[in-house]
Amino acid sequence: MLLKDTPVTTDKLLSVQDLRVHFHTLRGIVHALEGVSFHLNRQETLGLAGETGCGKSVTARSVLRLIDPPGRIVSGRIIFEDRDILTLDDTAVRAIRGGEISMIMQEPKMSLNPVIRVGDQVAEALLIHDTSLNRSSARTQAEEMLTQMGIPEAHRTSRRYPHELSGGMAQRIMIAMMLVTRPKLLIADEPTSALDVTIQAQILALMDKLVQDIRTSVLMITHDLGVMAETCDRVAVMYAGNIVEMGAVRSVLKDPQHPYTQGLLKTVPDKANPDHPLYAIKGNVPSLLQPQNHCRFSDRCEYAMARCSREIPPVYQMTDDHEAACFLHDGQSISSGGKQVDLMNP
Amino acid sequence: MLQYLIRRVVTLAITLIGIMVVTFFISLVIPADPLSSIAGPQAPQETVDRLRKLYGFDQPIYIQFGRYANRLAHGDLGTSFQTGRPVLEDIAKYFPATFELATIALFFSIIVGIPLGVLSAVYRNSPIDHFSRVLSLIGVSMPVFWLGLVFLLIFYFKLGWFPEPGRLDIMLIEPERLTGMLLVDSLIALDWEVFFDALKHMFLPAFVLGLYGLAGIARIVRSSMLDVLSQEYIKTARIKGAREFIVLTRHALRNALIPAVTIIGLTYGGLLEGSVLTETIFSWPGLGRYLGTAFLTLDLNAVVGGTMLVALTFCLVNLVVDLLYAFLDPKITLARS
Ligand SMILES: Nc1ncnc2c1ncn2[C@@H]1O[C@H](COP(=O)(O)OP(=O)(O)OP(=O)(O)O)[C@@H](O)[C@H]1O
Ligand SMILES: [Mg+2]
Repeated sequence: MLLKDTPVTTDKLLSVQDLRVHFHTLRGIVHALEGVSFHLNRQETLGLAGETGCGKSVTARSVLRLIDPPGRIVSGRIIFEDRDILTLDDTAVRAIRGGEISMIMQEPKMSLNPVIRVGDQVAEALLIHDTSLNRSSARTQAEEMLTQMGIPEAHRTSRRYPHELSGGMAQRIMIAMMLVTRPKLLIADEPTSALDVTIQAQILALMDKLVQDIRTSVLMITHDLGVMAETCDRVAVMYAGNIVEMGAVRSVLKDPQHPYTQGLLKTVPDKANPDHPLYAIKGNVPSLLQPQNHCRFSDRCEYAMARCSREIPPVYQMTDDHEAACFLHDGQSISSGGKQVDLMNP
Repeated sequence: MLQYLIRRVVTLAITLIGIMVVTFFISLVIPADPLSSIAGPQAPQETVDRLRKLYGFDQPIYIQFGRYANRLAHGDLGTSFQTGRPVLEDIAKYFPATFELATIALFFSIIVGIPLGVLSAVYRNSPIDHFSRVLSLIGVSMPVFWLGLVFLLIFYFKLGWFPEPGRLDIMLIEPERLTGMLLVDSLIALDWEVFFDALKHMFLPAFVLGLYGLAGIARIVRSSMLDVLSQEYIKTARIKGAREFIVLTRHALRNALIPAVTIIGLTYGGLLEGSVLTETIFSWPGLGRYLGTAFLTLDLNAVVGGTMLVALTFCLVNLVVDLLYAFLDPKITLARS
């Protein structure tokens, strides 16, 4: 696996600060995000990892301000270039959605409208953001985009309906639809996890190439740490509504500084040693019904100290581009401890 | 497409033959003698016998059936005992009035029912949703004769906003009869006075009938809209930056209408049978009243003719529904269905 060696400019494109999102459910208030902060530079790919339910999709949808009731963005700032998305009016937010920030979702076949020809769905993205464009040139541009996504017979395929396409083909259409407007940021929420493993790499490669061509930044959400090692410049690890560790991909994956990240890396099956028993982090994800008042990982953590169940750990800066929210760093750094697969040099 | 239509027409013919056989045998097993109702209860036996011979009821069943099938095959529905005219002529006289009323009523239920369903899904549990729920409840649970009488009492008798029962003011002269539908005939004759008067006469009965259809349509549109609005492709439309109106119409409603089409078709089929009660209250010379009387007087030819007509319209409405389905839902292709 190769690390991307494109020079990364450190010009900030997106900066999320202390984001809090709550869901008002019948069981009570679900504190889904409890102060999430991260930033994304131009032309950079930031990976977002974490167990199911930790708040990755909620983070992604917040960036587009698309949290449906009963969810509510309670506080925080989402600075995109020089605008705070949370304070813009609806028209301005709609201009950003699909025009400057796009998002690909997990289920490609469910994400396409069943009664509209796929080519028209791609063309619609263009027409929404460029009212001077006419229908037929939008269609032509849409077909060009399909060709770039490696879709054979783009003209014929663009006249098909979603049910006539395979999952992989549908996801290519979705990617084309979301990139056809040349957005500055693409959010990819587990773009390949619903697909057959044999085509996952192919789709990711096509997406990566297109992203490079149009110089789009990517927020890449994935369960697959291998994919992350391959495609991301920086990674953030989430646990129960917090980002617990963030930094350059090499540094986080080779030298994880938060016990949760260490555990997560140990769960990656060792291909070289298939008989090795699979590791699982003990315990369960905590309920999010209580507002956070301590480290949410503390009751599963083998290093837990008394203060971990009393205070919220602050973010400790290890190096310029590596930080972790764990009291173990209140003084010195911890060693990764235990055996884990080296994702950077397998 | 053509092949599909041909197949549907053949199916339709088979259905009609089936109905013909069934109605014939039902008429045989009815525990009452149609002749006594034709001749009257006090008629002497010899009159009854003569009539029996005249109508062929003295023949063996298979001969009766043969004659009956032969007649129908030639498009002859026989003579109505009730009016003394050929049944076909009666139907041509009464059906257009029902057809006109049913169509206007359906139109009303669609243009009010669909937006009401959409709004009550989008603004769930808001005042508009509660209003729509109450209106639907009234539509399905209030007997039409009661609603009809109340509306006549209020809007005709007390307020005078709408005219008396009937199709047209007695002072007005009907336009030349071409289709039998007053609205159409008066349009052809460019007789605006008759057109607007007929429209006014139609308002109350169409409203009463339409309320029932509206209830069903609003409920199904609401529930299928709620279902569609939670689908991923609606999120996609919003992610693309589409305006909310476009999301609701182009992306949501087009999908939500697919299940509504069945209900709309069934409603129309029901309306086309004619409603005895509504037509009676509003003195509407339609099929419902004609068939109602035919059933009560055991006017068998009229009953059979009317039943065939109702079956035919149901089959045609079904055909239109299926074509609409294929148009709305790309997953359905006519060739294979
Ligand atoms: N509509 C909702 N109603 C109530 N709670 C919700 C809703 N949507 C999300 N949540 C809560 O927010 C939390 C985060 O959900 P989210 O979908 O972001 O998880 P995720 O990290 O994307 O998981 P996955 O890997 O399964 O996609 C969940 O624990 C869930 O309880
Ligand atoms: Mg998710």
